[in-house]
Amino acid sequence: MIHVVDMTLLAFLALVAIAITRMTNLFATSVLTGVYSLLMACIFTVLDAVDVAFTEAAVGAGISTVLFLATLSLTTQREKPQRSPNWKALCVALLTGGALVYGTFDMPHFGDPQAPVHQHVGPHYIGVSPTQIGVPNMVTSVLASYRGYDTLGETAVIFTACMAVLLLLQHEKRRDEQSAVEEKPDKEAMEHAMILRVQSKFFIPLILLFGLYVQFHGDFGPGGGFQAGVIFAAGIILYSLVNGLDKARQIIPPNVLHGLVAFGLLLYAGTGLASLFMDGNFLQYRALAEEATHGEHIGILLIELGVGVTVATVMTSMFFSFSGRRRS
Amino acid sequence: MDLIVYYASWALLSCGAFLCAVGGLGILRLPDFYSRQHAAGITDTLGSAFVLIGLMLQSGFSLNAAKLVMILIFLILTSPVATHAIAQAARQSGLEPKVVAEEDEA
Repeated sequence: MIHVVDMTLLAFLALVAIAITRMTNLFATSVLTGVYSLLMACIFTVLDAVDVAFTEAAVGAGISTVLFLATLSLTTQREKPQRSPNWKALCVALLTGGALVYGTFDMPHFGDPQAPVHQHVGPHYIGVSPTQIGVPNMVTSVLASYRGYDTLGETAVIFTACMAVLLLLQHEKRRDEQSAVEEKPDKEAMEHAMILRVQSKFFIPLILLFGLYVQFHGDFGPGGGFQAGVIFAAGIILYSLVNGLDKARQIIPPNVLHGLVAFGLLLYAGTGLASLFMDGNFLQYRALAEEATHGEHIGILLIELGVGVTVATVMTSMFFSFSGRRRS
Repeated sequence: MDLIVYYASWALLSCGAFLCAVGGLGILRLPDFYSRQHAAGITDTLGSAFVLIGLMLQSGFSLNAAKLVMILIFLILTSPVATHAIAQAARQSGLEPKVVAEEDEA
């Protein structure tokens, strides 16, 4: 029965991908990429990877679609017409695709217990994690403790991406000159969205509360800093979509936002340094408290908080800088 | 009693499936944007509500039923607003509904 669901979702995925390549209207393409992400989230749920599904639904279907649309408001909605097909590019794509498909023949079957991924360190983690870390959710214990370095690296990558976007897109001066002129139509457009505003007033607190739940329940169930961060950011972005960018900027001033971007990463790295100073290795949380598992709990809580703060503020400040630009 | 609940749930599920199918057909066949939007709204609200209530009857009085109730409340609150927002955005960007002019104005 589950195969039917799998096949249906994968068929939809292929159809949406073909539709995306065929479309020339970029607005429709952006919406279709959102649909694609939502289908991916469904597939992740079917595969029991609920935490990945959270992220995919919030980022892929929510935030990145909004970012695409914000970009489209600066450019045109039509793709540049391309008359003659590019045969060289087609050949390269076909060859690469063929090689990749050929490569999958050697991969172990899905769910094969003999696959290398289930034979290497996985059984070891599953065996010792309950006593060594003491966190019921093993994904969290692997991600935050055993693989703490990797996650620190990922957080640093997100931080760097945000810095790059801010460097490329920040033109505060030009915006200030224009905002006085363009503020009025913006406000009038928002007056019509009465129902949306009332609705969002009801839902945004729930979204933020759910984000906090995902953040602090990450030790026990699916969730953690990345998922919570994107859900939190989605709530803030929804607020600024409905109530206008200026109001959102009043609530979270850009200075505070940019400070928090760095703060999250520093909290993560600082936790590592703290364990270094308390007679442990870098990111060895057991040094943080008398009892080893208690120290692990404190460490995981802190670094998940750092990840959550960085991810949420990176997403929000990217959105602010994308939609803060006016067409020049 | 169990049998009644069982058949009631299947009746609700097929009702929901029928409404979803009708909504899908409407999106394909109706002539203009606003009527297609109306068809999509049927799928969103009534179709999914019937399916969810049918599933609630299937799962009995349990945690799953409580989750389904929450999903139902969420859908009932959000879907009409989404439909409304899309329709209003279309209206504001100047899309006029297709109106068949009535010839006998009596």
